[in-house]
Amino acid sequence: MKALTDIFHVAGKDLRALFVSPVAYVVLTGYVVLSGWFFFNLLVQFNRMISMYEMMRRPDIASQLNLNDMVMLPLLYNMTIVLLLMVPLITMRLFSEEKKLKTDELLLTSPISINSIVLGKYLAALVFLDVMLALTLIYPAILFQYGQPAPESGPIVAGYIGLFFLGAAFMAVGIFTSSLTENQIVAAVICFVALLLFFVIGWPAETAGPTVGKVLQYLSLIDHFTDFSKGLLDGRHVVYFITFILFALFLTKRSIESMRWR
Amino acid sequence: MIKVEGLTKRYGDVTAIEDLSFQVEKGEIVGFLGPNGAGKTTTMRIITGFLPSTDGMVSVSGHDIFEKPMEVKKKIGYLPEHPPLYADMTVAGYLKFVSKIKGVPRSARADAIDRMVQRCGLKDVRKKIIGKLSKGYRQRVGLAQAMIHDPEVLILDEPTIGLDPKQIIEIRELVKSLAGDQTIILSTHILPEVTMICQRCLIIDQGRIVADDSLEALTAQGSLESVFLKLTTEDVQ
Repeated sequence: MKALTDIFHVAGKDLRALFVSPVAYVVLTGYVVLSGWFFFNLLVQFNRMISMYEMMRRPDIASQLNLNDMVMLPLLYNMTIVLLLMVPLITMRLFSEEKKLKTDELLLTSPISINSIVLGKYLAALVFLDVMLALTLIYPAILFQYGQPAPESGPIVAGYIGLFFLGAAFMAVGIFTSSLTENQIVAAVICFVALLLFFVIGWPAETAGPTVGKVLQYLSLIDHFTDFSKGLLDGRHVVYFITFILFALFLTKRSIESMRWR
Repeated sequence: MIKVEGLTKRYGDVTAIEDLSFQVEKGEIVGFLGPNGAGKTTTMRIITGFLPSTDGMVSVSGHDIFEKPMEVKKKIGYLPEHPPLYADMTVAGYLKFVSKIKGVPRSARADAIDRMVQRCGLKDVRKKIIGKLSKGYRQRVGLAQAMIHDPEVLILDEPTIGLDPKQIIEIRELVKSLAGDQTIILSTHILPEVTMICQRCLIIDQGRIVADDSLEALTAQGSLESVFLKLTTEDVQ
């Protein structure tokens, strides 16, 4: 019970810190501008294809094109890339700044556990992620309002759940890299490299031999997102993301502890 | 109240403090002296639970810092060398956050903040952003932060550093007014300060205790300055 309120105290402090600094607004604006640009272009392209097939008098093909596959699916994938770029900028300050300003001395000499500190900061990051994703709900809302026929809601809901898990995994990596250094830029760069590596780690899966290939494939973050984007909610992927997050948070805790032992 | 026994801390090959033992009784104000790099800050960081020691033990009102860190942390108020302030918070907002993580019950928080604002003279800056405060005010906010949960033990690492003479006197009066209720360890480079505030004096040099006695006994043969110079070596760093 006390641990829980401690988590909320830390989360509240870090959320406040995020939203009083310009970083939060710059990142949110950047995210919305980029995803809006992708949405606009996908939509324009979709319209052009429809009218093209209708001009060619192939209504059968035109009717097979739908907003889910032609707009939402690529949009979700584009948003994962933008997340990959933005998450390090949000998480980089979480622990680095505390170290730089020496406020970690306050947190670590207070009667709250390191777990509460790590989880509190992670919770703040997740709330920010939710705000980020919520702002982009305007795009499916536009499709539901004006789409003829409207897109299916299932794959969109599943896609957003997948995007949330993916973003949550990114944030967990970010919080870990932030705990490694007191330099925010270094934290952001390590985070970005680690995320990109986990994104493409499955690439040599085909040629790497059966066992290694499978392992690489399994480790790849984006491979676990694919099913979500197709509308499939599979427990295995949820387990993967949760394990990934818990492991990163565990490493964070260890890194905070070890800095005191040095 | 505070018991330190055989405390040793090594950073790799460098020994910061070696086999430090002393006790501080309840209600005492102890001055902690030593040249730069002697290990004052390290010792204080170990007592507050920020750093683990390599060897030895520390107990605060009967609780061992390694076995029951939470119990000890509840009883200690700590002002580090750099006051741990969040520059983007207001003074009141910051004190509220500190009162939360120090475990002040919800119903007592507003009172605790009011009391600290009163006591540390923060009335005029209560709503101001900490980043815009002068050094003196920051130091006072740091002190308020250390005392907000009414701790039994106060550890103050150079509380008057960088203050103007008037502020130094104010802080000094404040610390003096705590005598009796709270046990205080205070490190400083200003020797007259020790004579004015403390009853006892601990001098360390190169990680070892070279003097631990009441002020009268230490200054029996001369001023505190001459004693200090005699007992300590040149700055090692």
